[in-house]
Amino acid sequence: MLGKYSKYSKTLTLFIIMISVFMVISIFLPGKFLTIRNFQSMSSQIPEFGLLSIAVMLAMLTGGIDLSIVATANLSGIVAALILTKFTFSQIGGYEELFTIILAITSALIISLICGFLNGILVAYVGVPAILATLGTMGLFSGIAIIITKGYGIVGFSEKFLLIGSGTIFLIPVPMIIFILCALAAVIILNKTTFGFSVYMLGSNPIAARFSGISNESILIKTYMMSGLFAGLASIIMISRVNSIRPGYGSVYLLQAILVCVLGGVDPSGGAGSIFGLIMGIITLQVLQSGFNILSFSPFSKKVIWGLILILVMIINFYSAKLSQKSIKRLKTN
Amino acid sequence: MVEKLEKLLAVKDISKSYVGVQALDRVSLSINRGEIHCLVGENGSGKSTLIKIISGVVKPDEGEIIINGKRFQSLHAIDSISEGIQVIYQDLSLFPNLSIAENISLNQMIERKKRFISWKEIKNIAEREFSNISKELDLDEKVENISIANKQLVAICRALTQDAQLIIMDEPTTAITKREIDCLFSVILDLKKRGISTLFVSHKLSEVLQISNKVTVIRDGKLVGVYNTEGLDHNTLSFYMSGKKIVDSVLDYREKEGQKEPLLEVKNLSKKGNFQDINFKVCSGEIVGITGILGSGRTEIALSLFGLNRPDSGEIYIDGKLAKIKSPQDAIELGLSYLPEDRLNQGLFIKQSIGNNIVVTILQRLLNRFKLFDNSKKYEAAKEWIEELNVITPSLETAAQALSGGNQQRVVIAKWLATDPKVFILNGPTVGIDVASKSNIHNIIKGLANKGMGVIIISDEIPEIIWNCNRIIVIREGRIVKKLNTNEVTEDKLLDILARKSN
Ligand SMILES: Nc1ncnc2c1ncn2[C@@H]1O[C@H](COP(=O)(O)OP(=O)(O)OP(=O)(O)O)[C@@H](O)[C@H]1O
Ligand SMILES: [Mg+2]
Repeated sequence: MLGKYSKYSKTLTLFIIMISVFMVISIFLPGKFLTIRNFQSMSSQIPEFGLLSIAVMLAMLTGGIDLSIVATANLSGIVAALILTKFTFSQIGGYEELFTIILAITSALIISLICGFLNGILVAYVGVPAILATLGTMGLFSGIAIIITKGYGIVGFSEKFLLIGSGTIFLIPVPMIIFILCALAAVIILNKTTFGFSVYMLGSNPIAARFSGISNESILIKTYMMSGLFAGLASIIMISRVNSIRPGYGSVYLLQAILVCVLGGVDPSGGAGSIFGLIMGIITLQVLQSGFNILSFSPFSKKVIWGLILILVMIINFYSAKLSQKSIKRLKTN
Repeated sequence: MVEKLEKLLAVKDISKSYVGVQALDRVSLSINRGEIHCLVGENGSGKSTLIKIISGVVKPDEGEIIINGKRFQSLHAIDSISEGIQVIYQDLSLFPNLSIAENISLNQMIERKKRFISWKEIKNIAEREFSNISKELDLDEKVENISIANKQLVAICRALTQDAQLIIMDEPTTAITKREIDCLFSVILDLKKRGISTLFVSHKLSEVLQISNKVTVIRDGKLVGVYNTEGLDHNTLSFYMSGKKIVDSVLDYREKEGQKEPLLEVKNLSKKGNFQDINFKVCSGEIVGITGILGSGRTEIALSLFGLNRPDSGEIYIDGKLAKIKSPQDAIELGLSYLPEDRLNQGLFIKQSIGNNIVVTILQRLLNRFKLFDNSKKYEAAKEWIEELNVITPSLETAAQALSGGNQQRVVIAKWLATDPKVFILNGPTVGIDVASKSNIHNIIKGLANKGMGVIIISDEIPEIIWNCNRIIVIREGRIVKKLNTNEVTEDKLLDILARKSN
């Protein structure tokens, strides 16, 4: 029962943490936290950050990591922004704007897939450890982004494009709808397809995976491409929400995304973790964030608190890892 | 020296239960000084659990532990070590990147709280221990470069530096060759002369009878009895273990009429440094045994057939057609299955559930028409094999790491049988499996062959080869040195051929 028990207890712990954070914040900030406006503002921030967290999670499930997600998002966002601001198709007439938007989105997504593909090749075929490979490509992608823009921001997109980031459908922000759809897609891919199954198996033991006829290389490449794609989707929401893009935008998200994965119960050594847990992690972090905003903490003190939380989570994980290591040692005696 | 009690260790009425399993039920065990004691029982009978309790890694629910006359209310690993109990785990817990000498001396240096390390002393300690067990090795060699058998010796030496009174070994002989087993046994006998006891778990009953003074038998977590080895023989012991008489049967192979092509044919397969000019056939219904000492190239040949070790030259034919096998995927596609020898690393996903472990090879078959997993199909497929192979587990969701060694092996076999292969290559199919289940697994393999599967068994257990195979191929230094029909050979003759005494 070992596996089942620990899986449930982990989800339960997460749930309790999430609910307690939620309750503490609502009790201590009466009338400020539990407002429709605050929920709308929270749900406008969750999506881009949530998509980036899923991107990190995918890589982590294989036992790797993707540090290049924000750089990937930047690069694809810049390509989309360039297309949106520089291209005009006067001949097409009324559909011109829509066509430009579709072209911009497709190009951004293709760029993000290419970025992921590069990571995948490095990890799967060149055999570079994921942390180094994606650290390298992080530098590469953000460097290219700076070269393209010469370091300046790109501002001002068409009204229709801005709807992606700030429109609502039945009071629900469009980014939230996109996020929910993407998260659902990720759940289905991870739990219901041979690819998803192979990701978990590869993450728990790559050698046994190879012996079982799983093509590790192709799974790794696909995983990093998917990671890139999620970063690309985040970038579209991001540039549309703030109506601008500049290289380096959103770099705080990287650390937070990793934090959320670890908090959400994704095993950094691979093979375990669920979207469900991740989302609880995201909500916990977002609730805290919004509490800090209401209390108008200075960015400085917010940094301190994030740092503390990160350290706390690492300490907890250190001890639980030690515990589980012990039980593995026990089991290894056969 | 103070007069020592004759009784070194006594555990009484130990019980331990896990969720859904009573692993031990009022089991007692006692070991005298200088005694070689064997613990035997079927898979999952609680042997490893008892060892973990003696070494203080697992807390019993009930029962008492007395070591050197001291009663321990709650035994911690550190108490157990300071009382001179040393467990040599299957993974041996050595530091692969350090030299043999460093591995041996490290604990002692730490224990003495030395701040500065003298290399000379490290060497001296190691040398002394090795000469004590009258063995020689290059002490500067890194541990990652030496054989498993030598690693065991290093682990034993390390245990001795810590004043071991009792050395416990859980299935130490599963991964080493006959000659190495003999060497290990000579060390154990040496220790006995120095008054050091050994507690030893093995499924190879001939070893148990050869080395031990006393045997404790447990079944389903209960004590069956303690016996003097002198009065025991193979059949009685296996009867005590399983409670039933085990009848081994020989493979009944008759060449099928009108069979055109062999299922598998290997022609002139060579790979530099691995093997040379390998030629053999496997027909439908045959079980071909490949034997040879560890490092003879037998595993490399199997890996080449399975697409994990590209040969330099030669051809592989399946059903008479030239096969290009570049990866395990190709091999599986062509109807080959390979049960690897290293269960924990190559065969099993220990963190994953048993269900996932079994269906990993047949994912395509579990999809519904939308190409998505059908959970009920997955459940049924896994359940079918659990029942077929008698895997003892509380549920399909249990993580593979919670199973006993033998049950883990069945899960790996199940995963490959699920693919319904044409040719099944098994490398050490019954390593770590108890006698009763062994014959059960052998019967399953023979049953598959009777239904037309071609089987290759790679093993250095001579009886396993003789009892199950209709043809035998002996490999030495990468070459086939002998091909035999089983009915023209005896165990002794085969042993002689292996040991090069005759050709
Ligand atoms: N950590 C655990 N959680 C749950 N069940 C366990 C755990 N460890 C052992 N068990 C169960 O306890 C029983 C005894 O297991 P143990 O490993 O002691 O058997 P064993 O005699 O060593 O078998 P084998 O010969 O196969 O190695 C088994 O049914 C096993 O599934
Ligand atoms: Mg065991």
